Amino acid sequence: MSDIRLEQVTVSVPTHDGDRQILGETSLHLTERRVALVGPNGSGKSTLARLLNGLVPATTGRVVVDGLDVARQGREVRRRVGFVFTDPAAQLVMPTAREDVALSLRRTHRDRAQRLAAADRVLADFGLDGFGDRSVHGLSGGEGQLLALAGVLATEPSVVVADEPTTLLDLANSRRIGDLLLSLPQQVVVVTHDLELAARCDRVLLVRAGRVERDGEPAEVVEHYRAHA
Amino acid sequence: MSAQLLGLHQPGTTLLHRLAAGAKLVGLVVASLVVVAVRGPVSALGFLALAVALLVWSGARLGLTLRAMRWLLLTAAILGAWTVWQDGWPRAVEVVGDLVALILLATTLTVTTPVDEVMDAVARGLRPLRRVGVDPEAVALAFSLMLRAIPSTITLAEESRDAAVARGLERSPRARLIPFVVRVVARARDTGDALHARGIGD
Repeated sequence: MSDIRLEQVTVSVPTHDGDRQILGETSLHLTERRVALVGPNGSGKSTLARLLNGLVPATTGRVVVDGLDVARQGREVRRRVGFVFTDPAAQLVMPTAREDVALSLRRTHRDRAQRLAAADRVLADFGLDGFGDRSVHGLSGGEGQLLALAGVLATEPSVVVADEPTTLLDLANSRRIGDLLLSLPQQVVVVTHDLELAARCDRVLLVRAGRVERDGEPAEVVEHYRAHA
Repeated sequence: MSAQLLGLHQPGTTLLHRLAAGAKLVGLVVASLVVVAVRGPVSALGFLALAVALLVWSGARLGLTLRAMRWLLLTAAILGAWTVWQDGWPRAVEVVGDLVALILLATTLTVTTPVDEVMDAVARGLRPLRRVGVDPEAVALAFSLMLRAIPSTITLAEESRDAAVARGLERSPRARLIPFVVRVVARARDTGDALHARGIGD
């Protein structure tokens, strides 16, 4: 399992009235296989997730993944940490499903024929056989999110960070993506409003007003959040 | 929905499909130079007819392609009306004919060539420029993102228009334009984040 450390990390953004702190000083050591971040909108949980592969830089402190400093060794960290966004439309950048997965593989497969064959294998692994030539625009929300996940996992990261991956999905697709995430061999850090999904993780962090308010056993943290939402 | 299909690769076995992507790209560049260099309404209509013929030959669904292009054609029509007013009919036919011919030629390229193949051709073609600091993979990626951006930008424009109509603001250019521009910029930022997160372009 990977080893994620946040050492006295803060995140601030400049505003007209000076700097506004989005995430207060936070130190964490994440080694569990399934970690969920829950909390109200705007609480800082997405910011915390985005720190893990350098999408958001820490203002102070440092983030370390498997001994690699995210600020200094961002390229190596991004090879280890895959990121799934809420809206697959933002993540799928190529016209067809096969080409989008193949884009992820450009770094590892220089030969085009091999790359496309590998992309087809990845699509088949995710039950997306026959989707190769489909426009990414024509996919349903669940299919799009599945493809986005396939594109991330094609590069075989050791950590998958997912930022509200089920928020835009209907109940069936939400369960499908949730089940898939929890069944991955990789370490998974998931930001979610789905408390059932959070309760199935090994550790849950409740983030509120830019700080980790509760951290521990899923049942206890979820219960606390339900009672004090 | 039809806008999303504009320029989407459609598999086929025509000669245009079998030609190497690099040859088609060079052909498009040369054709563009010729279309711009040769003046006059008669040649413009000739180029337009040739472009339509190539698109039909490629096996593209013509009705769908033209429907997807309706906003581009509307823009060309407005440009044509302006040119008629400013410079007369012959010049308007030349400007609109050349413009639509170039759009159709580019559409023929994207219909007959997977974007991945175009990226490889661009990256291969630019490899000698590595010595002067050009990153061929980054340019190829920018090229493919530009192709991808055309249909998605049209979709954003349609959604922004629908939102304005739903609020009874169909006559307000501000209600259409400002959300559209904001969403295009937001989409560009999201795409940048997604590429960054996937380690593409590192």
